[in-house]
Amino acid sequence: MNTIAFKTIGIGVTFSPNLEANINEAARFALCFGSKLVLIHVGEASEQKSKAFQKFLSPFKTKNLEYEVLFKSGNPVDVILSSTVEKKVDLLIIGALKKENFLKYYLGSIARKITRQAKCSVLLLINPSIERVPCKHIVVNGLKDPKTKETVTAAFLVGHKLGVDKVTVVEEIDQEEVSVNVDDDKSLRKSTIIKERLRLREEARVKTILSTIPANYTKDTAIKSQPIFGKRGYSIGHYAQVVRADLLVMNAPTKMTFWDRLFPHDIEHILTELPTDVLIIQ
Amino acid sequence: MRTKETSFRGFIKALPQNMFSGLVVSLIALPLGLGLAMASEAPPIAGVITAIIGGIVVSILGGSYVTISGPGNGLVGVVLVAITTLGLSATYAAIICSGIILIILGFLRLGKLADYFPSSAIQGMLAAIGLIILGKQFHIMMGNKIVRANGIEYLIEIPNTIFTVMNFQDKSLIYAALAGVLSLGIMVFYSKIRNKYLQLIPAPMWIVIISVGFSYYYELILKMPNPISGNYMVPAIPNIQEILTDIPTPNFEMVGTLPFWSSVIALTLIASIESLLSIKAVDKLDVQKRRSNVNKDIKALGLATVFSGFLGGLNVVTVIARSSVNVNNGGSNRSSNLFHALFLVVFILLFSTELTRIPLTALMAILVYTGYKLASPDVVRRIFTIGKEQLIIFFATLFVTLKVGLISGIVAGLIATFIIHIVVTKSLSLFIKNILKPNVLMFKEEDGSYFVSVKHFCSFLNFNMLKSKLEAIPEQSDVIVDFSLCGFVDHSVMENVHDYQELFHKKGGNIGVIGLEILGTKSEHPFALRRLLPLQNIISDNKTKRQKNLELIADDFELTYKPLKSRKVEFLENFIYFKTKKIEHIFNQLSAKKDPCRLFDITFSEGEFIAKEVVRSTMLFIKTSKTLPAFTLDREGLLERLYVLAGYKDIDIKNHADFSKRFYLRGENENAIRSLFNDELVRFFESNAYYHIESSKSGVLIFSKERVASIKEIKALLDFGIRLNKILSQH
Repeated sequence: MNTIAFKTIGIGVTFSPNLEANINEAARFALCFGSKLVLIHVGEASEQKSKAFQKFLSPFKTKNLEYEVLFKSGNPVDVILSSTVEKKVDLLIIGALKKENFLKYYLGSIARKITRQAKCSVLLLINPSIERVPCKHIVVNGLKDPKTKETVTAAFLVGHKLGVDKVTVVEEIDQEEVSVNVDDDKSLRKSTIIKERLRLREEARVKTILSTIPANYTKDTAIKSQPIFGKRGYSIGHYAQVVRADLLVMNAPTKMTFWDRLFPHDIEHILTELPTDVLIIQ
Repeated sequence: MRTKETSFRGFIKALPQNMFSGLVVSLIALPLGLGLAMASEAPPIAGVITAIIGGIVVSILGGSYVTISGPGNGLVGVVLVAITTLGLSATYAAIICSGIILIILGFLRLGKLADYFPSSAIQGMLAAIGLIILGKQFHIMMGNKIVRANGIEYLIEIPNTIFTVMNFQDKSLIYAALAGVLSLGIMVFYSKIRNKYLQLIPAPMWIVIISVGFSYYYELILKMPNPISGNYMVPAIPNIQEILTDIPTPNFEMVGTLPFWSSVIALTLIASIESLLSIKAVDKLDVQKRRSNVNKDIKALGLATVFSGFLGGLNVVTVIARSSVNVNNGGSNRSSNLFHALFLVVFILLFSTELTRIPLTALMAILVYTGYKLASPDVVRRIFTIGKEQLIIFFATLFVTLKVGLISGIVAGLIATFIIHIVVTKSLSLFIKNILKPNVLMFKEEDGSYFVSVKHFCSFLNFNMLKSKLEAIPEQSDVIVDFSLCGFVDHSVMENVHDYQELFHKKGGNIGVIGLEILGTKSEHPFALRRLLPLQNIISDNKTKRQKNLELIADDFELTYKPLKSRKVEFLENFIYFKTKKIEHIFNQLSAKKDPCRLFDITFSEGEFIAKEVVRSTMLFIKTSKTLPAFTLDREGLLERLYVLAGYKDIDIKNHADFSKRFYLRGENENAIRSLFNDELVRFFESNAYYHIESSKSGVLIFSKERVASIKEIKALLDFGIRLNKILSQH
């Protein structure tokens, strides 16, 4: 459980219109978790650039934010990835664009490449803002996976720190597990019974996970468990969008090959259609 | 085990009723079968063989409940093309192959093929089939057989044929044409005459009976030969021995050729589309609201088609008109389909020679009417109200089907629809990017209701995803379908969702559709909003005389008069009378807030397709202060006595022999009904005019005839209702 303490938070920064918002979000996050913030800029160091960063960071200095600005030139993906390892960053924040170009998907945008290859947890922000937008509802996956326990714990940790009202654990149940095809009234009844049984099974599983979470993380939040039947990895994003969740917490993908990108599944779906802010726990 | 036993007992109990309904259906199936086969230039008996095989096989193996199977009108065009290009015996081989493909489709669970076709394109294709039938058979009906290259040319020749008929010199041809025109008249006006004795025999059978009677009249009484030209009589029907010995051998020599397979594909496509549409429509009519197993039915239809092809029959499909007649006559399970087949066997055994007394022109009149119904201006008008772009799809499909062929037609419809969708949304990437995504999310909320959210777009291309989710929800539940994350929803989806709404509503559930408002205003979506607009027509000042008189009555009885159409008809849904009928709307309402009485004109339809009858009637609804046991009270006539024989029950009231003799009373809860019908109530009924009276949990429904009542009748009806309510509330 110590693995998700978020001691060092990293963020890649460029001079884009979103710069101030990105820095503000990252700094707030770092303050919240009491962690060190590392700004990674791909490019040559210069007086002017440092000044700009300092300007945005100065409001947080008074709040005792520990930070570091790193200048390094090279391939953006490589630079950011190597810096995270070097500085022992355990949460990387990436400001994402809400809609990415259709063609870019197959080429792979920088953000996506980093997300896929990062060894640490990644937080994708769709709407970074200068002022703080309160985070009220977190949706976390409750897949049957060894990583899930850690992910759910992380979700509650983040929820606790950010003061969210509600955490929903979503169990995605593959349609194939409901082995009955609905043809008529009889098979409909049968499939409804099977679904109910699966739902109870999944809920019991989630309950055991929830019982291991420290009580002080959960005491002020409403906990809901929601089974959904649908495509794994895709439906949860859809669900987060429907319930207007502020943060979606997910397991990191286990493997990633060329075929996974061509026939997207799990996390790849989320990357193409970011439903909300997404936190991927490594 | 107990449920099985009771269901078996129920089956036995319903058997006489199903037998009766099978008989009525066979009366239509016989002339239609002969006509459809002849229209496709197959031997006339092929149609009857199809119906017999279909009835037997599908009733045993099928997955639907009240459908009737046999030769379909949609297939006439395809079979015709197959026979002209391949020859008869190779066509039988193509039919067998298409049956095998249907079985495979059923096993692959691809029976829902029809879901992938936009509904306007299907409408266009059906209209084209209607025009092909109408165009070709019209000339035969008029006694002027001609041969042309394609459907359009036959249609263009119609004025010419009328002109030729006007100048006929040959008396036998004039008689032939007269028989055709008269028969068409019977088909058109039959549904307008609401007489229960007349309606007992379906219109096509009346044509058969009258023409056979006419032929006997000449032979036995006038001792003259039949005046109708021999060329325009039904050719000799083989008797049963000949049928069994002369089974044609299918010719598989052309199996390697392209025209053979294009025929097979067309046959399969049309057979499955026609069957699926029919099954869907018939499921809506089912009194017991059961859900048909489509894939099982497709397998059974495929197997029946294979048998039929080997025995000299055509493709077996589910047919809508005959199925709706079946429902209306009390068919409640598959045994009626079996009985329909068995009665056809009996007819062929006993009357095969009598059938040659039917003029061909009369038989073709039935088909002309069928064709007209498929392509009637009503269809065009309905599609136009949905949207102009739907009309483009409709006509694109229609013209290509007529000019080139069925497969090209449906492909043209698909392409036209897709192009229109791109033009409407101004985005191709919306479709390409998202077509394969599992865009529908369904989950059950804590309160037990279901939430379905649809993303990106929802059209005929990916409706199956939404459909499979909706299918998996028990129909008793509350469902919310949210389209707010959707950029585009097409007409086919709206129509299908509307069907699901009706289905859920009937079974006690509910589907609420949300998120379309945003869509409509954001993208000025043409299909979505149009479906949501309430149907309100404005009759401003040009009221009819009857409407003005209704206003006077309203004043008299201290009621308010509302002439506008209203769709709020939920209070009528519990009445048994409306179980097999579809209520369109009520209008000319007389009601008052506190008054329990509510008088209105109502429009409802009965049956589907050629058996569809739109009925307008005046009814009185009384909201009773107490719940009454459900009962139906009618004047007892010959028909009601027949019903008793067919398994319906008449409840007799003790000490009121006269009442029991004159009235036909039925209902589930006999004891409660007996205690309700006390001396006072019985005397009231005995001393007043006869009405059809029906009660349900919401109230009492009273009407006298299945037509709009006159002012005088309305006054009598209101008076009767008020007095009846007084007695009932004293109870």
